Amino acid sequence: MDAVISQTFAGLSLGSVLLLAALGLALTFGQMGVINMAHGEFMMAGAYTAFAVQKVVSDAGLSLLVSLLIGFLVGGLLGLLLEVTLISRMYTRPLDTLLVTFGVALVLQQLARDIFGAPNVDVRAPAWLSGAVPILGVDVPKTRVFILGLSIACVVALSLVLKLTPLGRRIRATVQNRDLAETSGISTRATDRLTFFIGSGVAGIAGVALTLLGSIGPTLGTNYIVDAFLVVVVGGIGQLKGAVIAAFALGLLQATIEYSSTASIAKVLVFVVIVAFLQVRPQGIVSVRTRSLA
Amino acid sequence: MRVLPEPRSPDLLRSSPAKGTPLTRTSTRALALTAALATTVGLAGCGAKTDASAGSSGSAAATGSSCVDTSGDSIKIGFLNSLSGTMAISEQTVRDSLDMAADEINAAGGVMGKQLKVVAEDGASEPTVFAEKAEKLITSDCVAAVFGGWTSSSRKAMLPVFESNDALLFYPVQYEGLEASKNIFYTGATTNQQIIPAMDYLKEQGKKKVFLVGSDYVFPRTANKEIDAYAKANGIEIVGEEYAPLGHTDFSTIVNKLKGSGADAVFNTLNGDSNVAFFKEYKNAGLKADSLPVVSVSIAEEEVGGIGVDNVEGQLTAWNYYETVDSPENKKFVADFKAKYGDDRVTSDPMEAAYTSLYLWKGMVEKAKSFAVPDIQAAAGGVSFDAPEGKVTVNGENHHIAKTALIGKIAKDGLIYTEWKSDGPIEPDPFLKGYDWAAGLS
Amino acid sequence: MSGLWRNPTARLWVGVAIAAVVLFVVAPGTLSVFRLNLLAKFLCLAMVAVGIGLAWGRGGMLTLGQGVFFGLGGYMMAMHLKLADAGPGGVPDFMSLYGDGTVPGWWEPFRSPVFTIVAIVVLPTLIAALLGLAVFTRRVRGAYFAILSQALAAAFAILLIGQQKVTGGTNGLNGFQGFFGFALSDPANKQMLYFIAAGTLLVMVLLVRLLYRSRYGELLVAVRDQENRVRFLGYNPALVKAAAFAVAACFASIGGALFVPIVGIISPADVGVVPSIVFLVGVAIGGRATLLGPVLGAIAVSWAESSLSESFPSFWTYFQGGLFIVVVAFLPGGLASLGQVWRKRRAVEAPPDDEADDPAAVVAEPEPSTSGRSA
Repeated sequence: MDAVISQTFAGLSLGSVLLLAALGLALTFGQMGVINMAHGEFMMAGAYTAFAVQKVVSDAGLSLLVSLLIGFLVGGLLGLLLEVTLISRMYTRPLDTLLVTFGVALVLQQLARDIFGAPNVDVRAPAWLSGAVPILGVDVPKTRVFILGLSIACVVALSLVLKLTPLGRRIRATVQNRDLAETSGISTRATDRLTFFIGSGVAGIAGVALTLLGSIGPTLGTNYIVDAFLVVVVGGIGQLKGAVIAAFALGLLQATIEYSSTASIAKVLVFVVIVAFLQVRPQGIVSVRTRSLA
Repeated sequence: MRVLPEPRSPDLLRSSPAKGTPLTRTSTRALALTAALATTVGLAGCGAKTDASAGSSGSAAATGSSCVDTSGDSIKIGFLNSLSGTMAISEQTVRDSLDMAADEINAAGGVMGKQLKVVAEDGASEPTVFAEKAEKLITSDCVAAVFGGWTSSSRKAMLPVFESNDALLFYPVQYEGLEASKNIFYTGATTNQQIIPAMDYLKEQGKKKVFLVGSDYVFPRTANKEIDAYAKANGIEIVGEEYAPLGHTDFSTIVNKLKGSGADAVFNTLNGDSNVAFFKEYKNAGLKADSLPVVSVSIAEEEVGGIGVDNVEGQLTAWNYYETVDSPENKKFVADFKAKYGDDRVTSDPMEAAYTSLYLWKGMVEKAKSFAVPDIQAAAGGVSFDAPEGKVTVNGENHHIAKTALIGKIAKDGLIYTEWKSDGPIEPDPFLKGYDWAAGLS
Repeated sequence: MSGLWRNPTARLWVGVAIAAVVLFVVAPGTLSVFRLNLLAKFLCLAMVAVGIGLAWGRGGMLTLGQGVFFGLGGYMMAMHLKLADAGPGGVPDFMSLYGDGTVPGWWEPFRSPVFTIVAIVVLPTLIAALLGLAVFTRRVRGAYFAILSQALAAAFAILLIGQQKVTGGTNGLNGFQGFFGFALSDPANKQMLYFIAAGTLLVMVLLVRLLYRSRYGELLVAVRDQENRVRFLGYNPALVKAAAFAVAACFASIGGALFVPIVGIISPADVGVVPSIVFLVGVAIGGRATLLGPVLGAIAVSWAESSLSESFPSFWTYFQGGLFIVVVAFLPGGLASLGQVWRKRRAVEAPPDDEADDPAAVVAEPEPSTSGRSA
């Protein structure tokens, strides 16, 4: 029984990591159709931000909170820069964006290597996040609880922005029918830019959070990018709900298979399940039917 | 495909019957022409010498004589390490210590009066690039010996190149054993100088239940196979064996399995980044080094900083060298290294093994009084060097070197301090012939 | 001879002749064994590029998973070479080292050279055709297809690494002695391999030219540009796309199969996500929709990587990234679109014989005339 609970939590936790990594993509790819391969490198930038902030702010707890904020800005600004310089020219050529942003990813990785050095760096976790906390009778690492909470907070915040704010209305309008939105007086260009800023900013937050779990090095992003895209594809585009369901489903699936076999087999099987699933439902779990997405 | 019909050199243009209907006449002809052309030229190219040693395994006939130029007052050697790609993290440090050794040797008068001229290449963390660059160093640059390689796959990729050209490679990293090429000198540990002593240590400590965790590639799988056999023969129970794909970042499931296994020690053969994720998870799950120690074989001084000292303090490692080794040679090595590359740099086992490899080659050349590969191979046995890790001696049979095994504990300052050492240097035994329990392994 | 220039067929022939002279006479005559072998490796990568040019440039299917088919071909060839080295009934060395010393059943058929060659050509083609039909029928396309094919490459690499006992794991398969009875250490046989690679590539290019010029070629472009309209006209776009995808897979597999004896190793590092994307660089730079752009682009990029990374390893990464960005964002037609005017003029005035003497031109020269006006 303990094993079931702890594995369920492991799956949820893995799901929350996937969700954090994919949430930004759900905006930029899901809502805007831009395939940003440099998304993983924005996460890396967020992680290095946490490293840099900790050099200045020595208290690990405070620096984590500050990093989350600055990480959002760093990721967001990088995204904005990318949107303005390159992606804005290429909205009609989504596949080419993929290649261009792959080039950007290569350059960003090498930049990180040249600035911070090739070896991994370390970010200390605050004391209040070290160790485990008992939940339903099993010990669960506090960092994982924190990340689960953070990812849920991000989803809630994003949904509120999309549902309640004027900006959110503009984004939704642009996604559902770009031409009509334009005719109604919405500046779709400005909306695109803001959407991209927010989506990339969330990648920065994800990067900061990941410093609690794994290594911080130039290749941090490449470890997550394929999985993150799969989450969005499985989730379906147009709504965040799909990404949330997909992330937790894939996390639980991976954890379950991994427990009874090996991590490698689990990974391969998850890929197979995804391909099979998309055969049945090419549009993903949740889809918005609109003219522009047909 | 279409490349190998019987050659039909005359009458190229007309002979081919038209294939299917959709092909236009021109194109059919074009295809026929090319096919015939490819075949004729191809066969003409090889017709002269075929079947030199088809299918015969073992020593391939060396082709051509070596082009190494020994006439001048300098001699070329090759350094081949990954300076780009994922392995650059580790291999750059090896390159640094190789450079330092070359500078030292040159400052002291070179090898047999010849200054070393280094031809440096980047292996780009890709086995195929290693093979390509090795070929270039040997056949185009005509170097007398090549130093480098890190991953097993890079070594396996280079091995046929060195064997078919009858050239020399000095490989500086601990590895999974089960190999002994006459063209490679292995200056890192083989399994009986690292893995087995580590198991001896755990046995001495009274550990009965060991959990194995490793990255999913050759070294961990081979090492764990040997550990399994060792455990069976020594009354130790292996309570779990888990592999994570390279670059795996989520260890919650593996740590869950570890917690549920009742293990009293962990043997860790994870590689690179995965160590960070594993140790963070281990610590956050509330596991402690004193009650459930982890013995790692790929964490050296270089990696401790990236994992975070907090996360690995008190954990064990198995190597043949630590920066803290107390010997006059090591004091000089560490001081020189820091003077050259900066005070914040640390020295580690593979760096020391690479540094040593250049001196061993020098010793072999001077003993053989020749740069020729057969002479060096003949002279290699018994060549020794007072390395930073202590005295090492080349085994003429298997081209590995005798080294002392050390178990170390990671301390708060990020350095590793020797906890236990073997009684003197251990003779290399890459195929574990000297161990009864290993009989069924290879 | 000059009178023939207006005739496309004649231009094709002159192109073939120049390419043949450069590939079969000039290159072997001027390059050292090492450089020639390197060129042979580039030619193998160019085979993959030809396929990608067809699937992506003409068919609009951005495949990020060509490494899978390259790997299938490569591994099948490597399995055969390993078994042949081991002799009849023998066990490849790595299996006795890492496995239990028995050859698994699905390896056995690869003892036969004929079966191996047939499998290299047929198996990946079949897999790609089935996979293509399945996804394209469900109208998975564009970015979705790209991401799916990428996941496929990731899964394939993980699978290969995990099955060390039968695939050699991260080490891959290596250490081959012979190639269908020819010793690989013999320089004459290395040259033969080069000739085989060059001949194969030439055949592939001609085949693709044939396709481009056929009704099918027109249909493929139509599907790329307006899939729905093609559907309304009564064609099945899924079939059209799957066919191009299958041909691309076949080329990649053959490229992989020849890569193995030439380079002497195939490992998961050659088939995963990153190598699969890197295959695209040359295609994008050369001009994805042209006939020769992908070939020349792939060769040029590999050559640049090999020589630039020698002296500036970190610079190469910037350069590679920069190439992606600049070419794709600002020159989607690739360098071929730059050279169009220049090529036309040059094709008229330059007699082919002059070009053949210049070894530096080996890579660039077949361009002027073979490409014809197919772009």
